[in-house]
Amino acid sequence: MAHPTPRSILEARDVRKQYAAHTALDGVSLAVPERSIFGLLGPNGAGKTSLIRIITQITGADSGEILFQGERLNPSHIGQIGYLPEERGLYKKMKVGEQLLYLAQLRGLPRAEAVQRIKHWLDRLELKLWAQKNVEDLSKGMQQKVQFIATVLHQPKLIILDEPFSGFDPINANLIKDEILQLRDEGATIIFSTHRMESVEELCDNIALINRARKVLDGPVSQIKNQFKTNTYEVEGQGRLLVVHPDFEVVEQKERENDHFYARIQLHAGTTPNDLLRFLISQVQVQAFRERIPSINEIFIQRVRETMPESLTEVTAR
Amino acid sequence: MDKIWLIIQREYLTRVRKKSFLVISLLAPLLLAGSTIAISKLNTASGPDVVAVRDESGLHLAEHLTDTEDVRFVPAAPGSLAQAQAAFQKSKDKQAALLDFPAGFALDSSKGIQLLGNGNVPLKRRENIRKAVNKALGELRMARSGIKQADIDQMQARVDLTAIDLTQQGGRRNDVGTTTAMAYVLSILVYMFIFIYGVQVMRGVSEEKSNRIMEVMISSVKPFQLMMGKILGIAGVVLTQFALWLALSWGITTVLVPLLLKPDKPAITATTPLKTTPASAASTPAAAASPATAAPASASEAGVGATPQPGQQFSIWSVLSGLPIGSIIGGFLFYFLGGYLLYSSMFAAIGSAVDDQTDAQQFMFPVTIPLILSYIVSINVIINGDPNGPLAFWLSMIPVTSPIAMVMRLPFGVPTWQLLLSGTLLVAGFVGTTWVAARIYRVGILMYGKKVTYKELSKWMFYKG
Repeated sequence: MAHPTPRSILEARDVRKQYAAHTALDGVSLAVPERSIFGLLGPNGAGKTSLIRIITQITGADSGEILFQGERLNPSHIGQIGYLPEERGLYKKMKVGEQLLYLAQLRGLPRAEAVQRIKHWLDRLELKLWAQKNVEDLSKGMQQKVQFIATVLHQPKLIILDEPFSGFDPINANLIKDEILQLRDEGATIIFSTHRMESVEELCDNIALINRARKVLDGPVSQIKNQFKTNTYEVEGQGRLLVVHPDFEVVEQKERENDHFYARIQLHAGTTPNDLLRFLISQVQVQAFRERIPSINEIFIQRVRETMPESLTEVTAR
Repeated sequence: MDKIWLIIQREYLTRVRKKSFLVISLLAPLLLAGSTIAISKLNTASGPDVVAVRDESGLHLAEHLTDTEDVRFVPAAPGSLAQAQAAFQKSKDKQAALLDFPAGFALDSSKGIQLLGNGNVPLKRRENIRKAVNKALGELRMARSGIKQADIDQMQARVDLTAIDLTQQGGRRNDVGTTTAMAYVLSILVYMFIFIYGVQVMRGVSEEKSNRIMEVMISSVKPFQLMMGKILGIAGVVLTQFALWLALSWGITTVLVPLLLKPDKPAITATTPLKTTPASAASTPAAAASPATAAPASASEAGVGATPQPGQQFSIWSVLSGLPIGSIIGGFLFYFLGGYLLYSSMFAAIGSAVDDQTDAQQFMFPVTIPLILSYIVSINVIINGDPNGPLAFWLSMIPVTSPIAMVMRLPFGVPTWQLLLSGTLLVAGFVGTTWVAARIYRVGILMYGKKVTYKELSKWMFYKG
């Protein structure tokens, strides 16, 4: 966390959104701390994009409220929010430079300043030579970079990226990742929305998990992981492992060739890893020993299993 | 507000800077000039039918055949009928027919007159010639009964019917031909422009949708701003195009056309009329008109050529002066813009509702039908019927038909209260359709991969923001 006592740049309170046949958001509340990277995670159709469209003022909530820097969200905030939608698109027949200028001006940036910043960003992402080209003449990767520039050009305080890495090749994805981290360090707050939880796990400071229009979990990533740790350790080694012990329980054990093995062992309450290690050393040759930290994906599934078991099949099917 | 202005600017500039815009802006007036020249040439080529007259009767019938707008009589080649026929054949298409009064033709029997032509002589031409011959025979018969030629001329005083439009100040001279032509031109322009540019609005919207830029745009501006910005931007394109056409057409018809038409000048005087009465000269302005357009301008520019013929100058611009030009231009602009706003907002709604343009077809139908129908019905009711009749009145009041119907009525003169009423209704009409369209639009632009039906569209109208 970048800030000791994080102030929220964005707060959603009991937001509800109902479409004709289904509920998109059912009383979602969450807070996004300033100068952090926030992951809005959940399977497709969970309600992430509905929430984002409310934050970007594309649609309105049926009830509940959104606060931006403590103020009720209103059109004057548009210039402080940058949004990269999941569906990327630009005017194909417009020149790169003109297009960026147009989009920046629509976000309220004065012309002269916009021109300066466009120059700077095109330099930074190595697109300078393409400024006078039509967007349709650019490769897909370059178009994505142009779109990223359009998202951050007006120096928004809050940057919302919907499925940020889809469509980027690995090199560009890394480039964009670095830019995002730098923007965060420069003071911006970033919201990632994605159903591919593993892709943003290591970037996020905080997350909120959404399933079926409801928030199932939120908080700082480190805290959540601690909370969902099962006190399980992974062991690899050589020898015959035979665990019959009141303090430990083998969750999984695999025999490999040449007398090697892999095992997941859960500690019962009051037992320390050192107890387990001592026990193991007495039996086998230990080659690897580490605590098993659950992935966000696993936490999500576990959480859904606990809170809404009826939707579990569709979550795990994905 | 400055956001909608940015959108208008973009929509306008991207279209005006296109090569196709430039090409159409330049090409259309050139086509107009080209067709003016072509029509002029055709006019000199066809003009009145030239009929060769062979008179062997000894009655000097030929002298009594009067030229009209449609027929002109020239003496046939002397000699036998065969020789005259040969000369007629040689004349190719210059002469339309050969009229033969054989030797021994008697006034009393009136039999034996022959009309020889290539192929079947058309009914209209036959009728024109028959009338002229009838008139000549009548004169001769009257002369034989002792009535003096002067008396005959007096009896046949030419009736000149001048229609005066009393609704216009000072009672202007009213030229039905020009008025009708004007009504056609104006209404077809409105029809064309609404159609072409309405479809452009639709394309623009569905392009934004399929380019997937909609979400970025809508997070910056309100859907209504985006829709109106596009509609108004394209309206600017139309007005620019229109102004360019007007300016270029004016330039071309007053400068270029006269220059191009000049070499034709001598050809007109080549066929000398057999006999020209004062009445016939005055009654043939149409024949002399188009080539004469050229005369004054080219003569003054080149410093040579024919003597100018005052009173016979013909130009689109001078003819227009007989019409209520101010109210026509004002009315045209108003009804065009009103109609365009009304229809293009519906086109925008269609563009927003469908995923790609092939799906747009089914929804275009109910929008284009009233447009096409109002054009066709208006022509029958207003131009071919009564421009001030009850049906014409209602057509020019209902907002979906009034842009075309009222523009068609304008040159004929429309009472002010009707203009005001229909104008108010049109404004109310496009405010209404824009409101409905905007509600469909804001839902449609973010709706992907859904098969849209009319039922669905009507549901969208009642969605909450």
